[in-house]
Amino acid sequence: MYQKIVNLENKAIEIRKRLLKMIHEAGGGHTGGTLSSVDILVALYFHTMNYKPENPDWPERDRFILSKGHSVEGYYCTLAEAGFFPKEILGTYGKFQSILAGHPTRKVPGVEINSGALGHGLSVGVGMALAAKMDNRKSRIFVLMGDGEQGEGSIMEAANSAGHYKLDNLVAIIDRNFLQISGPTEKVMSLESLRARWEAYNWHVEETDGNNLNTLTLLFDSLPKETGKPHLIIAKTTKGKGVSFIENRAEWHHKVPNAQELGQAVEELNRNIKV
Amino acid sequence: MEPNKIPCRQAFTEKLLELAKNDPQIIAVTSDARGSVTLNKFADTLPQQFIEVGIAEQNAIGVSAGLALSGKKPFVCGPACFYSARSYEQVKVDVAYSKTNVKIIGVSGGVSYGALGSTHHSLNDIAVMRVLPDMTVLLPCDNYQTRKMTEMLTRHAGPVFVRMGRGAVPDVYTDHHPEFTIGKANMLKDGNDLTIIGTGETVYHCLQAGKELEQVGIKTRVIDMHTIKPLDKEIIEKAALETGKIITVEEHHVFGGLGSAVAEFVSQNCPVPIKILGFPDENAEHGNSKELFRYYGIDTEGIVKETKEFLTAKALRK
Repeated sequence: MYQKIVNLENKAIEIRKRLLKMIHEAGGGHTGGTLSSVDILVALYFHTMNYKPENPDWPERDRFILSKGHSVEGYYCTLAEAGFFPKEILGTYGKFQSILAGHPTRKVPGVEINSGALGHGLSVGVGMALAAKMDNRKSRIFVLMGDGEQGEGSIMEAANSAGHYKLDNLVAIIDRNFLQISGPTEKVMSLESLRARWEAYNWHVEETDGNNLNTLTLLFDSLPKETGKPHLIIAKTTKGKGVSFIENRAEWHHKVPNAQELGQAVEELNRNIKV
Repeated sequence: MEPNKIPCRQAFTEKLLELAKNDPQIIAVTSDARGSVTLNKFADTLPQQFIEVGIAEQNAIGVSAGLALSGKKPFVCGPACFYSARSYEQVKVDVAYSKTNVKIIGVSGGVSYGALGSTHHSLNDIAVMRVLPDMTVLLPCDNYQTRKMTEMLTRHAGPVFVRMGRGAVPDVYTDHHPEFTIGKANMLKDGNDLTIIGTGETVYHCLQAGKELEQVGIKTRVIDMHTIKPLDKEIIEKAALETGKIITVEEHHVFGGLGSAVAEFVSQNCPVPIKILGFPDENAEHGNSKELFRYYGIDTEGIVKETKEFLTAKALRK
């Protein structure tokens, strides 16, 4: 088990290095939020979810929706790593006519829905979870949202309906990194009642360290914790995770590393690779 | 002609229920509008194919996109005024941009809600829907056409917005009329003096006006433009070349809708004078459909009057 976690951790490091290079080369991206969500993606795609990269439309697959669509770079790296498309394509990110735009689209193999406008993903996930129930499929639906994104009222519409329909095949995850574009989430718009508001909509709520692959994978393994309830995971993360000078700094929401910063970041990440 | 007793929305739900009984992939989604849409019987008969999301239009559209991406054929039904405004970003992103197989059925469109005022009028829904890439925009004009259209929609894959009215309307077609083909308008009456193009509930009035004008020797061509997007360019070009003048009539503002779509094409390809009849740039008065159609000159009488004036009008300024 220990080796398995180490392998996942090393994968997360490789993805972080790759996404920083992508953002540097493209001259744009959402650095902080994509770094904070890498471990969640790694746990889902390389431990938890069932899918067939050679057949992305396999009906029985588990589905993942990136509702915080701007955290796209780590998502692309993960999909490439999972085998949905060749890794060489990552080099086209952000370039003219590349399929890899600044927000995910269904042109990219493995992407389930176009996103980028916030507050949309959970409703789409509810529709998918309802369809899976109708068809008696075992598919599970995972929706990753941002914490700043919780300001969107449409999420509450979706949360309400998921609780109403007892969608225990739906798992929403909040990348709780405590920062949004304008600053600390609590300063911009309070989120202190996060657990209470989701519980009020009849969700089972779990909190975990969203940058710890050991606890993340164990938690995903234990789902569903309660039948008849959709699950919310408040994954506490560090925005900019993995690079000391990016971590917890609001300005790195979409700051682009220059060549020197990229080198420094890669060096720092390399130091954490375990053998 | 006396209106039959079946509004288009009811013709739609009756047909949808009939089709859904044999196609478990057909799902009706609504946002506390089962009464307005006349979905009660559907909900009672096929509860496993009916999804209520409550008063939450944004969620209704997003959920429908999720269903479509899982192989379902969702028909999300509710007042046109809300789906074309409250949930517009979901329509834009989750349906049009993502090219999901979602049929958005906007009922009680235009000024159907009459006295309820501008919150409930949808006089810009054609405009906002037709500017979305990959969105098809349809307005059936009577209960027969609505049934044919519904049948076609269950076989058609892709994003569609349908706008229909609330009350029963006079028949334009009979049971024997041809299949509904997206993007293929129907010529209801031939003539070479001028073309009248209607859509949705104005089609009946266009046809009546055409018949009245015939009595005084004016031979108009009348076209039912049930598809606003993709537009039937062929029939419009022919009309422009053969009749020289076009009047469009719509239950919509005079900008952004049918008239604009026709004018955009005609002005760039076969320029002839065009007159656009519809609602001006103001919040419409309160009243029932009949009163409002009369007041804004889009009923039979108004169309006759405008046609006569337009025919005798001097050539447009050079």
